[in-house]
Amino acid sequence: MQALPSRLSLLRRRRAEERAVKAVLLLFAMVSTLTTLGIIYVLFQETALFFREVSFAQFFLDTRWTPLFLSQRFGIWPLVNGTVLVAALAMVVALPLGLLAAIFMSEFASEKVRRILKPFLEILAGIPTVVYGYFALTFITPLLRSIFPQTQVFNAASAAIAMGFMILPTVASLSEDALYAVPRSLREAAYALGATRWEVATQVVVPAALSGIAAAFILAVSRAVGETMIVAIAAGQQPKLTLNPLESIETMTAYIVQVSLGDTPHQSLAYMTIFAVGMMLFLMTLGMNVASYMLTQRYREVYE
Amino acid sequence: MKGYEVRFEPDLPRRQAVGRIWQGVALLAILMGIAVLLTLLVRVFLDGLPYLRPQLFTEFPSRFPDKAGLRSALQGSIWLMVLTALLSFPLGVGAGIYLEEFAPKNAITRFIEINIANLAGVPSIIYGLLGLGLFVRGLGLGRSLLAGVLTMTLVILPVIIVSTRESLRAVPASIREAALALGASRWEMVRDHVLVYSMGGILTGMILALSRAIGETAPLITIGALTYIAFDPRGPLDIFTVLPIQIFNWVSMPQEAFHRLAAAGIVILLAVLLSMNALAIWLRNRLQKRW
Amino acid sequence: MDPIALEIRNLRVYYDDFLAIKDVNLSIPKNQITAIIGPSGVGKSTLLRAMNRMNELVPGCRTEGEIFFDGVNIYDPKVDPVEVRRRIGMVFQKPNPFPKSIYENVAWGLRINGFRGSRSQMDEMVEQALRAAALWDEVKDKLHQSGLSLSGGQQQRLCIARAVALQPEIILLDEPASALDPIATLKIEELMRELKKDYTLVIVTHNMQQAARVSDYTAMMMLTSQGERSGTVIEFDRTKTIFTNPRDKRTEDYVTGRFG
Repeated sequence: MQALPSRLSLLRRRRAEERAVKAVLLLFAMVSTLTTLGIIYVLFQETALFFREVSFAQFFLDTRWTPLFLSQRFGIWPLVNGTVLVAALAMVVALPLGLLAAIFMSEFASEKVRRILKPFLEILAGIPTVVYGYFALTFITPLLRSIFPQTQVFNAASAAIAMGFMILPTVASLSEDALYAVPRSLREAAYALGATRWEVATQVVVPAALSGIAAAFILAVSRAVGETMIVAIAAGQQPKLTLNPLESIETMTAYIVQVSLGDTPHQSLAYMTIFAVGMMLFLMTLGMNVASYMLTQRYREVYE
Repeated sequence: MKGYEVRFEPDLPRRQAVGRIWQGVALLAILMGIAVLLTLLVRVFLDGLPYLRPQLFTEFPSRFPDKAGLRSALQGSIWLMVLTALLSFPLGVGAGIYLEEFAPKNAITRFIEINIANLAGVPSIIYGLLGLGLFVRGLGLGRSLLAGVLTMTLVILPVIIVSTRESLRAVPASIREAALALGASRWEMVRDHVLVYSMGGILTGMILALSRAIGETAPLITIGALTYIAFDPRGPLDIFTVLPIQIFNWVSMPQEAFHRLAAAGIVILLAVLLSMNALAIWLRNRLQKRW
Repeated sequence: MDPIALEIRNLRVYYDDFLAIKDVNLSIPKNQITAIIGPSGVGKSTLLRAMNRMNELVPGCRTEGEIFFDGVNIYDPKVDPVEVRRRIGMVFQKPNPFPKSIYENVAWGLRINGFRGSRSQMDEMVEQALRAAALWDEVKDKLHQSGLSLSGGQQQRLCIARAVALQPEIILLDEPASALDPIATLKIEELMRELKKDYTLVIVTHNMQQAARVSDYTAMMMLTSQGERSGTVIEFDRTKTIFTNPRDKRTEDYVTGRFG
């Protein structure tokens, strides 16, 4: 009987600790939410300041981007053009190669072969982007120039190719997850009808995994759009409207880097431009990330 | 039913051949990736070879390639990594524990989860803008190491949270039940049993997250990490530079000699990264066997 | 004895080092329904899947012995398993239609196997197969809806239609009704009796009433001995004999329910 009160207080202490821990952990979990709010707040605030000086029409209707020149022009399209051009070309490399790699890994490779190949792809994905930038500038560009002599020193194609190989493992690994989630019973059904391995893979498994593969593709595009160092090093600083990949261009991310490297005074219009461009970039990638997330949820629902 | 005859031309040899060819093509796709990787590694190593010498580690950056080194960048990277690890480990693991072990299944939790999934896909340069607006200007930290640490922590938090949750999920239910059956509270169960069992996986994820942080360049450029630092940083409020920024700086120079210096820097960076990855893979394989 | 569709000789199936099926000898009679019964874990499905070489899709699975089909050993190295599977169709335990339209579910097998014919001939084939599976009347107005939109029983008949469309010689059914309700089960059983006019059917079931109801022949599988985990066929005879007058004591115990 004597021990009871102290036991009760022990229990109370344990309960208090439990509550305190839970509160602290919840706080930690909220950091990520605060991060998102912070991003939106900072981007929104500076962008609002920017649009006090520059009209929407100037931003969306002008076709020239020269905020650092004396004759300032604020048409966003040249930067969007550069971004989309590089991302599209990178996808030409990353999507087919990534999907083929995923099919090979999930449908053809034995466990042993997978165990050998997989680490290489993981390393490929883990190499810092600044290294890919170096590779693009000092290896891919000279190679391109030897084939197409008109290639400029800084050009979209070189950055895009390096970016494509950087993103390949992401596409491969996410697509592989999607293929892997297709139930074995579907594969067996197809085999039992006298289909070859390749027919099963491409005509049954890939279509069944389509939403997951689409999610992987969209995420890859989003990464390409947001990729910074490769384009900052290899693609140039000339915002222009062009579809010629051998020319120097400028992406949204590269512009932000360009301004960040210079001594742009706080509160100046040029300083605000990077937030306006950042806002544009954020909205583009956000849209793609949300779409990808929803697609992924869908294929999880179908097969679980 | 069999009143009619099906005319099949299965042509199996052709179909099998098509399959084999495509299988070869698919393998080729992977081999191309590996070939690029190997080309990149060999090229970088050969380019950097002449500058892979002791001065690389002992000298500050310089206008003259022969006198330039990575001293301040290496120190900056080490500072950044240690401080980021100290800050992001409790935050990320804590958030992971909350979401996996304590969070009620409701709309708020779901919102937090979607939000983390989305943050993982936000381009790192956007974090740079956040850091610039919030830490450098808002909190008045300037272009300090601390501003860099805070920014980098936010960049890698989603990675740590996701890998923490995966490690926690891998703990067998029997261990949880055993602890709860002995009258442990949820937190006691997590602290004394679940965390012990999942620590290997959590550490693996932590190492991979840090290896991402050490190679990140864009957000630090955006918050204004300077490239020319000719002194040893003494504390979190000093200005700083890091390895990848120094490499970027050298790559941006027109002179060939600086490119080679950059290559030498890359070799160092990759060596650090590969050993971190190897450590993570080793940890993972070692721990997987136990289950 | 009826003519033989499939002749199994000294069949052994291993999963890695584990001998799952030991020394099975069995002659599957043509245009009859043969049931494989026995306690769970005895290797009924493994035996069935050996008959169209589905087992080898499982990593680590190895088969020894011979299975003669149309005068050829299907395990001969020169034989392509893909060809075997086209001619020996299979229906699975859980309905597994492709996430394609009802029409495509049936047409796909024809198409990959090089069916040469016009669009209308293909339509004709699909209709025939769906009729044969007693599904046509229920789906003729929604051929282009997803196969997954059908009920479980309908899905299973769609899977049968898919197999029938290729006009295989043999159809293997692996507990085809175990995931269905009693009414859907009866429909499948009725359908099987209909199909045996044109096909040889082999069905795995752990439902003895079902075996007694639909099959002409029954193969009884048991573990070779207590303690060993390899299964084999201990008795094969007309279903009537197996259920009324079995030779093996273990069979008698099992079919009368005296066996665990």
